[in-house]
Amino acid sequence: MKNLLTSSIAMFVILLGFTSCNNGNKSGSKSGALASNIAEKVYVAPGEYDSHYAFLSGGYSGNVTVYGLPSGRMFKEIPVFSQFPTSGYGYSEETKPMLNTSHGFIPWGDAHHPDISQSKGELDGRWLFINENNTPRIARLSLTTFETEEIIEVPNSAGNHSSSFVTENTEYVVAGTRFSVPIPQRDMPIKDYKGNFQGALSFISVAPETGNMDIKFQVLMPGFNYDLSHPGRGKSHGWFFFTTYNTEEANTLLEVNASQNDKDFIAAINWKKIEEYVNNGGGTMMPANYAHNVYDEHTHTATSTMKKEVRVVNPIEVPGAVYFIPTPKSPHGCDVDPSGEYIVGNGKLSANLTVHSFTKMLDAIENKKFAGEAYGIPILNFEDVLAGVVEQPGLGPLHTEFDGKGNAYTTFFISSEVVKWKLGTWEVVDRKPTYYSVGHLTIPGGNSGKPQGKYMFAMNKITKDRYLPTGPEMEHSAQLYDISGDKMELLLDFPTHGEPHYAAAMEAGIIKAQSQKIYKLADNKHPYAAKSDADTKVVRDGKNVHIYLTTIRSHFSPDNIEGIKVGDKVYFHVTNLEQDFDVPHGFAVIGQNNSELLVMPGQTKTSVWEPKQVGVWPFYCTDFCSALHQEMQGYIRVSAANSDTPIKWSLGEDIE
Amino acid sequence: MKKASIIMIIGSLLLLGLFKFPLWNIMLGAPQYPDPLGMNIYIDGIKGVSEFDLQNIDGLNHYIGMKTIPKADEMWEFSMFPKVIFGMAMLGVIIGLLGYFEKVSYKYFLGWFLFMSVLGILGMYDFNNWLVDYGGNLDPHAIIKVTNADGTPMSYKPPLIGFKKLLNFDVTSLPHTGGYLMFIGMSLTLVAFWLGRKTSLNKKT
Repeated sequence: MKNLLTSSIAMFVILLGFTSCNNGNKSGSKSGALASNIAEKVYVAPGEYDSHYAFLSGGYSGNVTVYGLPSGRMFKEIPVFSQFPTSGYGYSEETKPMLNTSHGFIPWGDAHHPDISQSKGELDGRWLFINENNTPRIARLSLTTFETEEIIEVPNSAGNHSSSFVTENTEYVVAGTRFSVPIPQRDMPIKDYKGNFQGALSFISVAPETGNMDIKFQVLMPGFNYDLSHPGRGKSHGWFFFTTYNTEEANTLLEVNASQNDKDFIAAINWKKIEEYVNNGGGTMMPANYAHNVYDEHTHTATSTMKKEVRVVNPIEVPGAVYFIPTPKSPHGCDVDPSGEYIVGNGKLSANLTVHSFTKMLDAIENKKFAGEAYGIPILNFEDVLAGVVEQPGLGPLHTEFDGKGNAYTTFFISSEVVKWKLGTWEVVDRKPTYYSVGHLTIPGGNSGKPQGKYMFAMNKITKDRYLPTGPEMEHSAQLYDISGDKMELLLDFPTHGEPHYAAAMEAGIIKAQSQKIYKLADNKHPYAAKSDADTKVVRDGKNVHIYLTTIRSHFSPDNIEGIKVGDKVYFHVTNLEQDFDVPHGFAVIGQNNSELLVMPGQTKTSVWEPKQVGVWPFYCTDFCSALHQEMQGYIRVSAANSDTPIKWSLGEDIE
Repeated sequence: MKKASIIMIIGSLLLLGLFKFPLWNIMLGAPQYPDPLGMNIYIDGIKGVSEFDLQNIDGLNHYIGMKTIPKADEMWEFSMFPKVIFGMAMLGVIIGLLGYFEKVSYKYFLGWFLFMSVLGILGMYDFNNWLVDYGGNLDPHAIIKVTNADGTPMSYKPPLIGFKKLLNFDVTSLPHTGGYLMFIGMSLTLVAFWLGRKTSLNKKT
């Protein structure tokens, strides 16, 4: 018996030795064996595919970048709010209308929060939405063509920041204003901000089949700053939650004056109730002026329509629709867990993380337990709604996402780390540093009812990184972590473009299968398309000359053009006749005050050229299209304004 | 003999699969075409495996001066083959029925098989002739001219069956569903013959 006991103790000691050895391995990072083990986790062998797509906001580049996980490789930049000379987006006649606004043509935007469309609370991979912060707009991108299909301007808004998050079935994409403004805009003293400015929260309906966006209503809220938002889901579907700061309603030196209140609010909006009110004729149509830009995949052309009114709703007129939940210290992220029960307020100046309970909120509302009201909107008691507090998890919480296994992951900007904690017990279970000063993080499907676990990546706010230095100005950096185990494991640093404010990611399957390869020439309904060599021509209409040009490996048709005069406005309408995957042709002509065109198979794009000098000028294909790409060129003859050179064109023979 | 006749009828009817499925398939892969281009050869014409494959094969072949892939009305075979196949299937069914009612002997089954085999070999011979012409009858003004070591122009004839490397392309030529159904059908008629013979021998003993 005694022997048994001693041997048991011996065994236990040995086991203990093994465990501590393991621990030692885990904490003592970068031992050779372990490092190569991590390398295997991010290594996607040549010819193999990443398991996830990630769509990163391009921040002040105005665009979206597409990445693969876990490799951290960037696949594509999709132009959205900024001109993109690579493809001619925003330069070609067809795409200039995409960047039209009530302020005229705007070549740049500040892209913030992408979100993938959902059906029944799960990512369906149909569209990606993203907001433009500066001149408030929401864009919808197709995840079949990976192109921007629609942009709608948001009137009465300024600093379109608490956007663009979708409801459980993509009923709405929601856009809230960060800066409150006079509504309608008018000339008034800035010091009269308080009580006079308002914040518009816009609910933009999304047509189930086409995805077309339309502003259904705007809720005109008190003049706070509406920072971020998230939809209720599951049990809280039908509600939307917005964080606020500057409930002080300061209009100057906000870094001090907007940080005075111990608590700001999370605004809980029962959008189903307001929708019903609006469907019954509630709200008022208010004069407005905002652009609605739609790109048609068949005409390959965007149109911009100015809309002249918008429906606004005064929240006090819809009883039971809007409540304020006190939340400590200027909260930033406002995140709802997959079950829809917990609403996390990331008070960015708070030492603690506040979590509200949806059930408790409903209970407090039902029992009318109000602490007061702000501009007629009931304020709930902090304690009545509180689900729990994560005590001292770090400094400067910004944003939380969920793994669907009962864990939450919060970024801390000031202490530069990601902290993993448990929903319900509120205990911190792990923390890992970021390099450096993280803003937002993304878990694939993390903003849905069904997160797709495994990976989490943290996007940093400052540009200091751990790469070879590239001067004062750098791109940003992100860290990829494996979250499949109990502890997070840092896998990879990878560079990101612009300043990504958020990203949306999902398993690759659906999107990979639907990614389009070409545009069908037969479906091309562009009014200036030449769908075969027989359709090519040059037509003069006063000072305007329209050239119907085709491209196919490897020539332009026509490639000799005469009869252009100085002072003409020459439209090169380039149709790519190819119907083979990955055979784009490019177009550029000398002295073009414009970008090139990159024309996909089956597409038509138009570039305007206004020749200022007499001569014979070459144009050529800018995209290496075949072994005879260098031969793909043409000449266009420009005569004096008063000459009588006739319009003529040819291919394969001389112009006589 | 009844069982043998039914197998004969089924075997003959399998030929009709050629009206629905391709007889043959030629795939062309290359570094630039990780998803290969391909053509399915039906008895009544050639179709691309993907929607624009034929157009794209023609587009590539113009560099080396090959003619475009023939349309259905450009080759007499595509109007003749369906008639022959339909006729042979019907003939097989009739022989099978006659066998079933003991009007003809099992030897007719073999006769049908041999006749079909002769037609098949003629068909393959004709197909190979077309491949030779398609791969070798090149435009003298072709953009790219490749010659063999002895100075003769290189032929781009795809293999009748099997694999061949043609410049940057890996070409694989194999029977497709319709072809396999035909082979199975023809084998079944042999089985029918064998079974018929066995029953007939059993009867005699």
